[in-house]
Amino acid sequence: MSALNIKKGSTSHSAYNLRDTHSDKIERHTLAVVVENEPGVLARVIGLFSGRGYNIESLTVAEIDHEGHRSRITIVTSGTPHVIDQIEAQLGRIVPVHEVHDLTAAGSAVERELALFKVGGKGDARVEALRLADIFRANVVDSTLESFVFEITGTSDKIDAFAELMRPLGLIDVARTGVAALSRGAYK
Amino acid sequence: MTREMTGAKMVVQALKDQGVEVIFGYPGGAVLPIYDEIFLQNDIRHILVRHEQAAVHAAEGYARSTGKPGVALVTSGPGATNAVTGLTDALMDSIPIIVLTGQVPTFMIGTDAFQEADTIGITRPCTKHNWLVKETDKLSQTIHEAFHVATSGRPGPVVIDIPKDVQFATGRYADRAHHVSRYQPRKKGDPDAIMVLVKMMETAKKPIFYTGGGVINSGPAASELLRELVDATGFPITSTLMGLGAYPASGKHWLGMLGMHGLYEANMSMHDCDLMINIGARFDDRITGRIDAFSPRSRKAHIDIDPSSINKVIRVDVGIVGDVAHVLQDLLDVWKSRGRVTDRKGLSGWWDEIAEWKKIDCLKFKNSGKTIKPQHAVQRLEALTKGRDRYITTEVGQHQMWAAQYLNFEDPNRWMTSGGLGTMGYGFPASVGVQLAHPDALVINVAGEASWLMNMQELGTVAQYRLPVKQFILNNERLGMVRQWQELLHGERYSQSWSEALPDFVKLAEAFGIKGIICKDPADLDDAIMEMINHPGPVVFDCLVEKHENCFPMIPSGKPHNEMLLGEADTQGVIGSQGAVLV
Repeated sequence: MSALNIKKGSTSHSAYNLRDTHSDKIERHTLAVVVENEPGVLARVIGLFSGRGYNIESLTVAEIDHEGHRSRITIVTSGTPHVIDQIEAQLGRIVPVHEVHDLTAAGSAVERELALFKVGGKGDARVEALRLADIFRANVVDSTLESFVFEITGTSDKIDAFAELMRPLGLIDVARTGVAALSRGAYK
Repeated sequence: MTREMTGAKMVVQALKDQGVEVIFGYPGGAVLPIYDEIFLQNDIRHILVRHEQAAVHAAEGYARSTGKPGVALVTSGPGATNAVTGLTDALMDSIPIIVLTGQVPTFMIGTDAFQEADTIGITRPCTKHNWLVKETDKLSQTIHEAFHVATSGRPGPVVIDIPKDVQFATGRYADRAHHVSRYQPRKKGDPDAIMVLVKMMETAKKPIFYTGGGVINSGPAASELLRELVDATGFPITSTLMGLGAYPASGKHWLGMLGMHGLYEANMSMHDCDLMINIGARFDDRITGRIDAFSPRSRKAHIDIDPSSINKVIRVDVGIVGDVAHVLQDLLDVWKSRGRVTDRKGLSGWWDEIAEWKKIDCLKFKNSGKTIKPQHAVQRLEALTKGRDRYITTEVGQHQMWAAQYLNFEDPNRWMTSGGLGTMGYGFPASVGVQLAHPDALVINVAGEASWLMNMQELGTVAQYRLPVKQFILNNERLGMVRQWQELLHGERYSQSWSEALPDFVKLAEAFGIKGIICKDPADLDDAIMEMINHPGPVVFDCLVEKHENCFPMIPSGKPHNEMLLGEADTQGVIGSQGAVLV
C-alpha cells in the first residue's frame, strides 16, 4: 500500500486499521489487557469504562504470571468501530497496562466461558436436565436427591442456550466466569 | 549504594535528588514526620499556602512557567480531598505535578480513622497515576517513578499516598541514578506518516497550523522548531488558549487564538483551510464548535504524544504519535531534503483571503471615556508591560478571554491559565507558584472579582513570603461569563450571577499589609497600572470596569466556525435549543 493511500481515519498503515472506522454499526469486541499485577489496577480499568461511558459485557481477571507480576483482564465490550479504537487507546495509556490486544479485530479468537448451573427438581424434569447436560457435555459436579450442579464450558452463546433449556426444568442459580480468550495461531 | 533512613527522610532526600527546590504545602497530623524533616534542612524551600487547593495550583503555576515538575505536600483526609480540584486541573491541561499526601497508618486504613479518606480511590480518575506506599523500602523508588511518570509522555499529575507509619519506619533508600522505569512512551513519530504529511504540505493551497499546549509541554526546542517550520513554509498559524506563546504574537504568520472566543481570521481560516496540521492540540469542544461542520473541506493531520487523542473527537487523515519536538525535527528534515516545496501561488491567494478577514478587525470595541472597558484595561496592561520580563496567570471567565485576546505572548511558559477544567480560583495561587520560580519577574494575575475571591486566602501566603504578585482584578460585580450566557440563552434572567456584598478590595489588601489600588476612571488607568508595576511588593488592583460588557467575537455553542458573532449585533435567539444544552 502506498503511503498516500491511507484510509480516512486510520492512524497507521497496518491492515489492522483498514476496517471502516466511520461505521455506526455496534460491534462486539473481545479485548485482552495484560497488566501489572498491582493493587487497584482493575479499578483503573473499570473506572475508565464507567468514567468514559463505555460498555462492559463481560470481564474476567486473573494472574497469569506470578514471577512477572502479570495479570490478564479479558473484556468483552461493544461499540462503534470508532469507540472500540478509543477504548483500546485509552486502555493503552493506563500506566500499569503492558499490552492491549483487540482479539476480535485481529481475527478469530478462541473464546471460552465456564459456568456452574444449579438445577432442582424431581422425576421427569430431573432426568431431562441430566439428558440435556449430557448433550451439552456438561459435567455433574454436585448432586443431591433434589438437585444437580452442572459444570459447563463453551462459548457464551452455548452457555446462554444451556441456561434457556435449564430454566423451565428448575434452574435455581447460575455462576458464570465471563469470557477468557486467546488469539489463534502461533503468536500473541 | 544503599542507605538506611526513615521514610520521612527519604521523602526529602528523594525530592532533593529530583532537583526540587520549592514545594507548596500545608501540614497536618498524617505528614508531621515529613514536616519534621523539612524543618531539619535548608535545601528545599517549603511555601505554606492557606488552602490545599492553592498548593496544587501553585505547583501548577511553578510547573507551567518553568517546564519542571511542581510539588505539593498535603495531609490525609481533607488535605487530600482539597487537592482534588488542582489534580483534575493538572490532568486536563497535562501539567506535571507530584502531590504527596499523608495517610493514616497502614494498620488503621479501612477503619474510618480520624482524617482518613480513600485518597487513592478518590484521586484515581484525576491523576495520571497514583501510588499507596505500604513499605518504607519501596518509598524512594516510588517517588522516583512518580517523577518519571509525571514528566514522561503526556505529562500529568501523580499522587503518592504515604501512611504515617511508613514515614516513621526505616528502610533502604534507592538512588535516583539506579531507577529504571518500564514506562517509556514513544517519542519519535512514524517516518511514513511524517512523509505523508510532508507531501500534503507540498501541495496544500490553504494550509494552517493549529497548535496547542503540547508544543509548550514538549519544551523550548519544540517552540523553536515550530517557529522555524512556520517561517520556512509561510503557512499561517493559530493556537489554542493553552498554546499561546509557542509562536510569537509578533510573528508575521500569526493569526491569533482560535476557538469560541478566538479571532475571526483564525476561525475562518480553520473553517476554509484545505490542510489542517494540528500540533499538540486535542480538538477540544471550545475549538471545534459544531463537530459535523468543523473545517469541512480540509485534510487533517494530528501530531500528539497521546495515541488516544488521535481520532478521539475529529477523524484525521494522518495521525502521528510522538513528541512534538521530535516530530517537528523529522518533519523539517524531510521537508527540507525534498527541496522545501510549497504551493507558493496557492499560499499567496490564501493569505489574500486571510487579509480580507483580518480587515473585519474583530477585536475592536466601543471604548468609553466614562467607564473603563475591560478590553481597554487589558490593552493598557499590555502596552504598559510590553517588553518586560512578564508572566501572566488568569482566573476563569470573560477576563480570561480578554487577556488571551489582548495580551501578546512572545515566548512559551509565560501564560498560565486553566484551560481544560476552567477552574475559577486558579490564577491567584498559580501566580504564587510562578513568582516563586521567577522571583524577579513581573507576575500578573488577570482576574475577575468572583474567581479571585475563590482563593483570596492566599493573600496570607503572598504577605508572608513578600511575593510581589500583581492581582489585576477586572471588577464588573458580575459573574461576567455566566451573565453573558444568561443574556444570550436564558432571556436575560440573571439568576445568581451578580457579586453581592463584595469586599472593599483595597481595605482587604491592607488588612494583610498589602498595597491596594482602586481605579474607576479611564483617565487614571495608565497611572494606576504604572503604580502597580512600580510597587516593589504585592498589589491588589481593583479595576472597576463596565458591568455589562460581553466577550466577543464568539462562536455560539452548536455553531460552526464561520458563524461567529462579532459584537454588539442583536444576539437574541442565535443559539438554538440544541446549542443551549451544550456548555
